[in-house]
Amino acid sequence: MSRFDQRDEILARIRRALGAADDDPERRLAVMKRLFDHPPGTVPARARRPRDALVAQFISMLESQAAQVSRLERARDIPKAVVDTLRRRNLALRIRHGSDPYLAALDWASEPALTRHLGAATADDAAGLSRALAGISETGTLLLASGPDNPTTINFLPPLHIVVVREADIVGSYEEGWAQLRALYGERSLPRAVNLVSGPSRTADIEQTLIMGAHGPVALHVFIVGSD
Amino acid sequence: MRATSQAFLENAERALGDVQLQRALENVPRGFVTKRAAARARLPEFDALRDEARAIKDHVLANLDLYLEEYERKVVEAGGHVHWAASSAEARAIIVDILNAAGARRVTKGKSMVSEEMALNEALVPQGFEVTETDLGEYLIQLRGETPSHIIAPAVHLNKEQVATDFRRHHRALPAGRPLHEPSALVAEARQVLREKFLAADAGITGANFLVAETGSAVIVTNEGNGDLTQTLARVHIVVASLEKIVPTLEDTTTILRLLARSATGQECATYTTFSCGPRRPGDVDGPEEYHVVLLDNGRSELLASDFRPILRCIRCGACMNHCPVYQAVGGHAYGWVYPGPVGAVLTPALIGIAEAAPLPEASTFCGRCEEVCPMQIPLPGLLRKWRMRAHEAQAPGTTPWQGRLALRAWGWLARHPRLYQLAARLGVGIARGFWARYGRLVGAPFTSAWTRYRDLPAPEGGTFQARWRRHQRHRQLSSAQWRHKGPGQ
Repeated sequence: MSRFDQRDEILARIRRALGAADDDPERRLAVMKRLFDHPPGTVPARARRPRDALVAQFISMLESQAAQVSRLERARDIPKAVVDTLRRRNLALRIRHGSDPYLAALDWASEPALTRHLGAATADDAAGLSRALAGISETGTLLLASGPDNPTTINFLPPLHIVVVREADIVGSYEEGWAQLRALYGERSLPRAVNLVSGPSRTADIEQTLIMGAHGPVALHVFIVGSD
Repeated sequence: MRATSQAFLENAERALGDVQLQRALENVPRGFVTKRAAARARLPEFDALRDEARAIKDHVLANLDLYLEEYERKVVEAGGHVHWAASSAEARAIIVDILNAAGARRVTKGKSMVSEEMALNEALVPQGFEVTETDLGEYLIQLRGETPSHIIAPAVHLNKEQVATDFRRHHRALPAGRPLHEPSALVAEARQVLREKFLAADAGITGANFLVAETGSAVIVTNEGNGDLTQTLARVHIVVASLEKIVPTLEDTTTILRLLARSATGQECATYTTFSCGPRRPGDVDGPEEYHVVLLDNGRSELLASDFRPILRCIRCGACMNHCPVYQAVGGHAYGWVYPGPVGAVLTPALIGIAEAAPLPEASTFCGRCEEVCPMQIPLPGLLRKWRMRAHEAQAPGTTPWQGRLALRAWGWLARHPRLYQLAARLGVGIARGFWARYGRLVGAPFTSAWTRYRDLPAPEGGTFQARWRRHQRHRQLSSAQWRHKGPGQ
């Protein structure tokens, strides 16, 4: 605690302002109940559509935010799709990714020209590959969780970011995304960082002209992978 | 920063005459206003969400102490540190201590209005810290030594030519021959320069759009990803946030997030929304080693006890200023301190004192658009009126001068005496018509020069309003009597 810390004084001031006692069990109960029940608000109708419509909406929302989307039938198509994407962009056949078991299990040997680098991204990486925990259809948003499986730096340093999301992991609403996180990390607990990504980096700070690639990725390419 | 809010009238006059600024301000209604309206139309649940968001924040404010304690507990559990600052000066001292203890010299910053409020850069730079703003807009104004003129588009007052000139002046490695006519070239140049800063930074400072009590997370919402590079690459991450940024749960955060980007820029959502929850964990290969949160009170606990509590619901989307005819005309700098527009006119007197900011609550036509578009339904005109009353009670400089008050009192007295009022109105109309008949327009009439110096005042048509109204009523009675007599369909 810093020598300037005013914790108790500030809390006392808030209680005075509210005319509340710090040991009021009713207020505390209401607060704890809300934290553990986490009741949802209104979930937009567009997040509660049939599955096919949710997937189509996920794609169109991402595309409207300047992301590129490809659909792959099977996980084993991923290595070739990565190589094709790099070639199309005239990039060296090198990719950075984390230790995600889903990515690790792919048959990378089928693309011998491709070099993979594992671990956190560096300033020299031109392309990174991540797996999203979920895709949120209502706004076309990828939900990425930090950790050695998918290091956060991969989401922001390389100019090209490729993200794999399984079609089965596409959900309608943010609320369903939170449910997945709670199932994986427990109640009242998140990974160090949760990144919601809805397109490549952009800015409109100069005369409100929209320009891609402000600081993070210049391009975001999403692979939606079928169940085979 | 030193506030110049007292000089609002002079600031506004200068802004109205500034051709560059006026050209830049044209972008505000063209961009933000139309885009927000379209985004709202695309989401039928928008208004229901506004009601819920307002209720969430009211609930938080009524239990702010408990939610802050829960938030703190979760941050500490994750290995982070929470520091509580009563004032801006304390917050600055805490941050300097953190940086010194970590041996940090090079500091990158994500966009943070609270750090503007506490004048953080002005404290860090003289102490030898190398501070770089990384939000493009913030970077542009840092080069110019200016303050933000908008809370989400800090450089909205600048044109691309000004940016190009600043880059040529400050970026030593920039070849003289490289063209910088297009915004894309300017962005590419900034990206290159700022990339080096991100990679070299010892500490990264960000603000927070929300602090989630459920999980102890600080949420930042950006389009550039600068906040993420700031908080991921440096050894030390410091979050600065004011107390009222607390929300209870991820679901509550979601409800408000559904409103934030749509109200701010008209986007369905921002490109990046990031929840950061402490330092690097076992097994992590990136992320900060140290994680600090500096919670700033600076007047919030007093606002909580006052009539102005609703302003603490504000989520800093900027919709109120985007839609404000005063802001659209004079821009943000005229307001003279950190927060411009209607929200600034309510917050500034609370944070720096009404005596320092009395003209700001006057800078409103009370048209009500700000309240109409506010996602958190803050009664901004009502709060501005409360400040006007307080300024009046405090006899603060910048409030209506005694001549104006006298005239209003006279009018009030007349209005309560209908016969005299009619007489005075008839007299007034007669005099005005006389002037008009003689000069072709109203010029030099008593009490009107402030208006007629710049514009023509049309001559009154016909008699007084009351006379017209009487005629109108007679006419209606007559025609409805005819209607009854003839019956429908005749």
